[in-house]
Amino acid sequence: MTKLPTHTEKKLGLVIDLDTCVGCHGCVTSCKGWNTQNYGAPLSDIDAYGADPHGTFLNRVFNYEVQPADGGASQTIHFPKSCLHCEDAPCVTVCPTGASYKRVADGIVLVNEDRCMGCGLCAWACPYGARELDEAAGIMKKCTLCVDRIYNENLPEEDREPACVRTCPAGARHFGDLGDPDSDVSKLVAERGGMDLMPEQGTKPVNQYLPPRPKDTLDKMPPAALETIAEEAKGFLGWLDKALEKL
Amino acid sequence: MHPAPSVIIFTTISGLGFGYFMWLGLGIPDLYGWEAFAAFFVAYAFSVGGLLASTFHLANPKNAIYSFSQWQTSWLSREGVLSVIALIVFAIYAIGRIFFDTAMPLLGYLGAALAILTVFSTSMIYTQLKTVPRWNMPINPVLFLLYAISGGALLSMQPIVAAVLLIVLTALQIAGWMMGDKRLAESGSTKGTATGLNTIGQVRLFESAHTTRNYILDEMVHIVGRKHSQKLRMIAVAAIGVIPVLLLLLLPQSLIVTLIALASHVIGVFASRWLFFAEAEHVVGLYYNRG
Repeated sequence: MTKLPTHTEKKLGLVIDLDTCVGCHGCVTSCKGWNTQNYGAPLSDIDAYGADPHGTFLNRVFNYEVQPADGGASQTIHFPKSCLHCEDAPCVTVCPTGASYKRVADGIVLVNEDRCMGCGLCAWACPYGARELDEAAGIMKKCTLCVDRIYNENLPEEDREPACVRTCPAGARHFGDLGDPDSDVSKLVAERGGMDLMPEQGTKPVNQYLPPRPKDTLDKMPPAALETIAEEAKGFLGWLDKALEKL
Repeated sequence: MHPAPSVIIFTTISGLGFGYFMWLGLGIPDLYGWEAFAAFFVAYAFSVGGLLASTFHLANPKNAIYSFSQWQTSWLSREGVLSVIALIVFAIYAIGRIFFDTAMPLLGYLGAALAILTVFSTSMIYTQLKTVPRWNMPINPVLFLLYAISGGALLSMQPIVAAVLLIVLTALQIAGWMMGDKRLAESGSTKGTATGLNTIGQVRLFESAHTTRNYILDEMVHIVGRKHSQKLRMIAVAAIGVIPVLLLLLLPQSLIVTLIALASHVIGVFASRWLFFAEAEHVVGLYYNRG
């Protein structure tokens, strides 16, 4: 049913550290790989080796430049974006077929591919562009938080986390229960001032973004320029220097 | 938003059909026999034709039957359910008028109410979306209803009623465009809130996440043709309202005049629906737009 649960037992989600992310797109690739070879319709590529290659991804990394208000040097920030598994997910309630749902047990937002008619209204309702309609399958695809990994007892324990988190070489992605204030992810969010994306949309995202740490600033005046110690050439060499300069 | 022909045809034609149904349900005009058959044929052709056009928008239509299930939360589902109930009620009502020379006024009023609710649900599919600020305002359902009722008045050959409704519609449509132009700014969403980086300073896109198009860009970051929007608005205003009203009020009343007014009006509705989609900015564009 597309009614949102009033309460979920857990709020599983991601914490993404914008300070640490190096923008390597490793999470994008591992997500595409895992979710093409495992649960649900594969993430198709259309015209992959042709002039107009395009395809479905559940996670994409943008790059932004931010010009600080005080006029300092601009910062480049790598910005991974995927489904935020919102508590008040507008994509779920608009779904006419009951394909979109939010799980009571862990709060994960999923698509039942056997019911999706590919109308695209859920993607229209999502402010984050987290849902992409697969052109080959005609079915709405979205981040599953790797439901087929996190509970999968056939995998070694260290692999029971989303593929993007497992693969991140910088440790910029964290997975856990954001509904439990004592979880590692909740502590991290509290410590680093985790933030919601587009809070004015009222979606109450579960995924949190950790803002870049403040850059170091000089606490005193920079040292005066060093005195020039190179001497100006004189005599014949001085003349030669000037003559060559004029050529 | 991408102005897909399927949704433009759907909202235009089905709105017209259900608007006509509303008048027929009220017994205006009071038709029986062959005349009633012709009228209901037109109403069914428009409403069902529009609903069928909407299914061309589906990427996986084999699951469309499930779309009647989620009426408790989904406006799209409600629209489907209401349209089917309205069409069934009108089938009984039409059979009475066509074959038995019997008007069942209460059934007609019920049908008229259902037709109006169907158009309202169609409008709410768009109005409910906070992500598209231009759609997310109360004047949009009013406009959808006025389009349906005034188009229906033209179809039911009521020149004076139609002229009055078209004047109100045209005025409110112009107001709607002016209000819509300010909506994205009023929504408070910016590149800064989208990325959460407004606490540091001014945010610019350095590099997009992908070099080629994708579903999100094709569907929701449509900007082609917006530069012609002012001209199209003028064409729409002339065709929806100005031309039909002048024809209806200045020329002697006749079937031909009303039909020409209707043709002009329908062309105008197509233009205005194209604008409704093409001009609508989705907030996801904030992640992509430069500047």
